[in-house]
Amino acid sequence: MNDARANILRRLRSNNITLENDAAHSSTASLANRPIDSYWNKQQQIEHLTQNMQAVRTEVHHLSNGDWLDWLKRELPVRGFKQVLVGDNETGNRVIQSMEDSLKISRYDRQIENWKSELFQDVDVGITTTLGAVAETGSLILWPDKAEPRLMSLVPPVHVALLNANHIVDTFSEAITKLNWVDKTPTNALLISGPSKTSDIEQTLAFGIHGPRQLIVLIFDHK
Amino acid sequence: MGTDSPKKVYFFASCLVDLLYPAAGLSAMNILRQQDVKVIFPDNQGCCGQPAFNSGYREEAYGVARALMNRFPKDIPVVVPSASCAGMLKHHWPELFAGRTDELLALDIASRTFELTEYLVTELDIKLSDLGEPVQVAIHSSCSAQREMRVSQHIESLVGQLDQVDVIKQQRQQECCGFGGTFSVKQADISGAMVEDKTSALRDTGAQIVISQDCGCLMNIGTAFEKQSLINKQSAPLTKHIAEFIWERCHASD
Amino acid sequence: MHQTEAFQHRINKALNNQQVRQNIRSVMSSLMLKRANQFPDSEKLELQRTQAQEIRQRALANQADLLEQLEQKLTDNGIEVHWAETAQQANEIIYSILKSANATSVVKGKSMVSEEIGLNQYLESRQIDILESDLGEFIIQLAHEPPSHIVVPAIHKNRKEVAELFHQHFPELSYTEDVDELTLMARKILRQKFEQADAGISGVNFAVAETGTLCLVENEGNGRLSTTAPDLHIAVTGIEKVVEKLSDVPHLLNMLTKSATGQPITTYFNMISKPRQPGEKDGPRAVHLVLVDNGRSRIRLDNELLDTLRCIRCGSCINHCPVYVQLGGHAYGTTYPGPIGSVLEPQLSGIDKLGTLTSACSLCGACGEACPVKIPLPKLINRLRAESVNATYHDSKTPGTGSMRSFSQTLAWKCWQFIYATPFAYRLFSWVATRFSFLTPNHLGGWTKYRTLPKPARKTLSQLVKQEGFANE
Ligand code: SF4
Repeated sequence: MNDARANILRRLRSNNITLENDAAHSSTASLANRPIDSYWNKQQQIEHLTQNMQAVRTEVHHLSNGDWLDWLKRELPVRGFKQVLVGDNETGNRVIQSMEDSLKISRYDRQIENWKSELFQDVDVGITTTLGAVAETGSLILWPDKAEPRLMSLVPPVHVALLNANHIVDTFSEAITKLNWVDKTPTNALLISGPSKTSDIEQTLAFGIHGPRQLIVLIFDHK
Repeated sequence: MGTDSPKKVYFFASCLVDLLYPAAGLSAMNILRQQDVKVIFPDNQGCCGQPAFNSGYREEAYGVARALMNRFPKDIPVVVPSASCAGMLKHHWPELFAGRTDELLALDIASRTFELTEYLVTELDIKLSDLGEPVQVAIHSSCSAQREMRVSQHIESLVGQLDQVDVIKQQRQQECCGFGGTFSVKQADISGAMVEDKTSALRDTGAQIVISQDCGCLMNIGTAFEKQSLINKQSAPLTKHIAEFIWERCHASD
Repeated sequence: MHQTEAFQHRINKALNNQQVRQNIRSVMSSLMLKRANQFPDSEKLELQRTQAQEIRQRALANQADLLEQLEQKLTDNGIEVHWAETAQQANEIIYSILKSANATSVVKGKSMVSEEIGLNQYLESRQIDILESDLGEFIIQLAHEPPSHIVVPAIHKNRKEVAELFHQHFPELSYTEDVDELTLMARKILRQKFEQADAGISGVNFAVAETGTLCLVENEGNGRLSTTAPDLHIAVTGIEKVVEKLSDVPHLLNMLTKSATGQPITTYFNMISKPRQPGEKDGPRAVHLVLVDNGRSRIRLDNELLDTLRCIRCGSCINHCPVYVQLGGHAYGTTYPGPIGSVLEPQLSGIDKLGTLTSACSLCGACGEACPVKIPLPKLINRLRAESVNATYHDSKTPGTGSMRSFSQTLAWKCWQFIYATPFAYRLFSWVATRFSFLTPNHLGGWTKYRTLPKPARKTLSQLVKQEGFANE
């Protein structure tokens, strides 16, 4: 196998490609991609994000009073959900405290191997936080971690994502800089831009093929 | 170029125009002459080499291109009534001649090559006045005109100057008619399927005339129309080169 | 010539299948329109394409260094890197990883490289249960067919055909032609598999050297499931997928999704840098990356052909190809159909095996214009045509150069050259010849099957201009 490596690298090195100046110094985080010349203000960010997310059938709520917990308490039981999955963190604690009576709530506090079939078969809703969102493309930014593992936002048929309005950025490029993405190198990072979908049959759009059928984004403001 | 020094151009007709569509070539030259351009038609023009070049036979293409290149020694524009042949001179001669002794001359000719409608619009700023009857036309711009020479806007603007001419847009305007030179004989069935789609899109416009800046497309589309008419006795639009179309409508017969 | 006849046979079959041609026409039209809507400003588009081209060029120029950096970073991150020179080696590596993990059931995300190396067949013949989980791939796996498009692999099938296929394989589920219900069915069937699979195999869209990150672009979530739910994840990719920096990614992603399906972004952009870390509760405990060469480093030796390697597999060239729209993907008989296939496949497998693909092109240029990284596809197709009839063309390293040269063709072109480069011969010829009859006389029937024969004018233009008093110098 080491032969393969050496052979490939040798062949690659045997042709020195000289780049024209432009290509050698192309600035990759450039603005060609930006929809606007100046930065969006918060209200514009929220508008663009909402518009882009709704265009792919995401349910977006802007909770101006900041109380996403109220929303969950009011809406989840009404929608007929039975089992909710929360993270092993403060957000999870708050959900549990306020809703334990009305819903079955599980906390993702075990290794997946110990409860895989329950997760795959019983859980209706996963509630996660987000690191922020990209307004230009309508994407949530998630870095799943110990407290909120990867499958939370993927396996349950409904994903509820909590988004702090102050954490919205204009573009993906900006997010990379702002979150110090290069140095931090998360195990897994995600841009999520809607519910799971497919157009593989006759280019007809259908939702919920593998991931969540429904994505609900609760945007709240913290003073 | 100053307005008082008379313009001079070489006219390279292309082998297709020379043999099959001389009227298109002559019309183009007449239009140029009417615009006070001195048109030089070098003897023994031959071919730009494209058929062989596009079939992989580059040596043979080179032999033919080289014979042609010596016909344009003076530093004046070479005007070509075909976007695909103009494209050959402008874009593929540099490739074909790269590294050869006559590369510089090839680059020089490339830099002064113009497709006819491009020349009429950008260099002459020609003004047309329509003397013809009202007519509906569909424009088919060749692939070379659209994507290689990027001159397809000029045929549109020329026709746009003709008051009595109504342009009807075809479906899938930008799609290739299926000619592709030797492609149409090497992959005859694919080419046939393509020209069927193209002709039906053109028929659907209801236009009486289909015009183009390329005789290759016109030959393909025109003979397909003819064949279809033989089979199902339908009438089909006429096909006409833009030069012939303009010349017929715009010159007062003396 | 064997490959040519086989290709002609597939072409005829494809052209006779009106249903598939209709399916493809309607889908391609819609994909073209959606893409166009994403790029309303053509000047900006040019800029964006140039920028994407530059990012890819820069990555290819420094490819060896970047691959080493990628390997180092991934290793530091806990991901094991393997190198395969050939398809065979790649398959062996993947099989041995599975074997040593005792993995017998595998779910797969969409990966064109795995198609290219024939991974499924290789593993199936070794008793590995391998399931395609992308809906399109799942459908064609059920039908035992290869993909007909690199982005929308089952697009040649309409909903009725899919319904029948599902019914045939899962008779316990009730028959439906409703796309939502069919999708739900697939969800149910595949869910179980994700839950139980021992390993997941995926492709990679971009591999970032700077951070050691494998990026996957998808809408369905099957890619995420394949790379997260099982305990073992094997990613397989061509060596050209490496890019330098994380900041290179947003623009490429943007151009990829817009060019491919006209989406501003896909539902999921999944960036994997590490296996499950201590304290993390899910994700694979072991992650491997298999870097596949399979001819790519040879392509890179040629300064013209290396442009092929910029490809980000968006399928836009295919969507815009007027030949593909008539044929569909299966006629090409290769993993990659359409323009990129006609350029890449003969280089990978040899002109003696697949050079004939380059004939299925009218050089209309639509592909080159639609390519987000500005690969000059028509120019490369034409270049390969030159190689196919010239064994020593530019010292090309492509296998099988010159193998398509035939005596009769060469003779015909020599005659043509003689006629057009010799004034006297041309004058003589223009009196007697029709233009095409001498080129490929046995194919002339093809022209007249769809058209009449063009008739030479009574007088050539050369004769007319003299009468009309035009100067000749
Ligand atoms: S060649 Fe260009 S257009 Fe075709 S798949 Fe590759 S990147 Fe896309």
